[in-house]
Amino acid sequence: MPVSQNAKGAKVWQLRDRNQTLIRWSGYLVAVAVFMWCWQRISEATTWFFVWDAPRIAADIGGRAWPPRWSYLDNLWAPLWDTLNMATLGTLLALVMAVPIAFLAARNTTPSAVFIRPIALFIIVATRSINSLIWALLLVAIIGPGVFAGLMAIAFRSIGFCAKLLYEAIEEIDEKQVEAITATGASRWQVMAYGIVPQIMPAFAGISVFRWDINIRESTVLGLVGAGGIGLQLQSSLNTLAWPQVTLILIVILAAVVAGEWISAKVRGAII
Amino acid sequence: MSAVTLDDRLGTRWKKPPLISNSTLRWGLMIGALIYLVLAIASLDVNWARVAEGLSRGWAFVTSFFNPDFVSRGSDIWDGILESVIITITSTIVGIAISIPIGLGAARNIAPLPIYLICRGIVALSRALNEIIVAILLVAIFGFGPLAGFLTLSFATIGFLSKLLAEDIEEMSKVQAEAIRATGASWLQWINYGVQPQVMPRLIGLSMYRLDINFRESAVLGLVGAGGIGATLNTAFDRYEFDTAAAILLIIIVTVMVLEYLSGIIRAKVQ
Repeated sequence: MPVSQNAKGAKVWQLRDRNQTLIRWSGYLVAVAVFMWCWQRISEATTWFFVWDAPRIAADIGGRAWPPRWSYLDNLWAPLWDTLNMATLGTLLALVMAVPIAFLAARNTTPSAVFIRPIALFIIVATRSINSLIWALLLVAIIGPGVFAGLMAIAFRSIGFCAKLLYEAIEEIDEKQVEAITATGASRWQVMAYGIVPQIMPAFAGISVFRWDINIRESTVLGLVGAGGIGLQLQSSLNTLAWPQVTLILIVILAAVVAGEWISAKVRGAII
Repeated sequence: MSAVTLDDRLGTRWKKPPLISNSTLRWGLMIGALIYLVLAIASLDVNWARVAEGLSRGWAFVTSFFNPDFVSRGSDIWDGILESVIITITSTIVGIAISIPIGLGAARNIAPLPIYLICRGIVALSRALNEIIVAILLVAIFGFGPLAGFLTLSFATIGFLSKLLAEDIEEMSKVQAEAIRATGASWLQWINYGVQPQVMPRLIGLSMYRLDINFRESAVLGLVGAGGIGATLNTAFDRYEFDTAAAILLIIIVTVMVLEYLSGIIRAKVQ
């Protein structure tokens, strides 16, 4: 701890010495400068007239959007069912693909740490860093609009997430149990089935439910790019400026998300 | 286990105990899940002709990853990425700055009940609304451009960071905080010396993680007109310019990898 002397010769304790303090403050200065520069770019690209007008426009939209058009609710059951299916089947498909990738990526189960592990890790990062809307955009261009494209988008996007959490769980297993199974003369597959799988089962169940909950949220907006579900209704209502319908759809989406969260909390509580 | 049942079981194979012991519930759940699966798959309307037609396009996209085109739309890509980065940085900084007071307010052990309820309400609202939906509403209100994207991601950051920060504060060690309070410190001094040092490493780690998420999200905000690389990506897909799209996706993947690596280093340093 640096100690400095003041004019009277008394020792004063300081948290950092002079150089550390200078480095710290220049760091803050750089951060502020970067922020100011970024802010300037944003403000150049903004039509400030619209921003000053924003309270009036917000009030206007609010006035048009209320009350929600409840009679439209009957048109929403089918898209809601599609949305649920996209989330659930997408999660299932993702898990099927994520399990082998997780085993290839975990340091203690990968067949080759030099060649196969980096490939598996790349798949994990790549699928995770591309947003489900981009996946949907891509898949709509390739296999055409509809629920199927949305389902595949959810599945591809979830692979990385599930595989990452799963391979971390595999790396954290208790090696003693694996050794015990190996000592009985079990084959590689038997070691996996009786030594590793039972240990990661709780993590696997937790991850599935957690991802399903996230996927319910994500599948509600996939329709915006043509991938089916309730987002399609949202898109068409927005395009025709039917604000009462938009309000109703937002309420339904909120209800679906809250219901999904509640179910996943219940299921997680039951298994863990 | 009594001797009789043990005798009965000798020589028979060991069977794994079932996960759910109530057999009616177990079978009910299984059959229910099966019925759901059948119904859900039956309701999928897959146009296989269209899929087959698209497969060649899909293959063209996959191959374009080996031959990405960074040049022909170079300036568009560069502008879009720069705008995404700017949105990411500003929204993360502003989001963190706002979520610290809200996080303090949402921690039950330091906030009085009315403030706790208000802050929890803000957190719940921000978490329940999908970023894209917020972006659509904000674009309608504030007009096209990166300002709407910046506001969207700042709002989303608040829900994420405040919630986790509040949970961390609720789990902190009371001993240190009490020690500071016993010296007669004011409320601000108490937060600064008793609470802040305990949660700082976690806060830095979470901020880095959120920076990462915000960059990924900023890549899609352009789809609804809220600025960033998404607009360029959307046009590339619409025109079937898969080589440009592949170039953009590669840039996103590499940036996320770099961010993840950096945040790993920083998190290791502060802990």
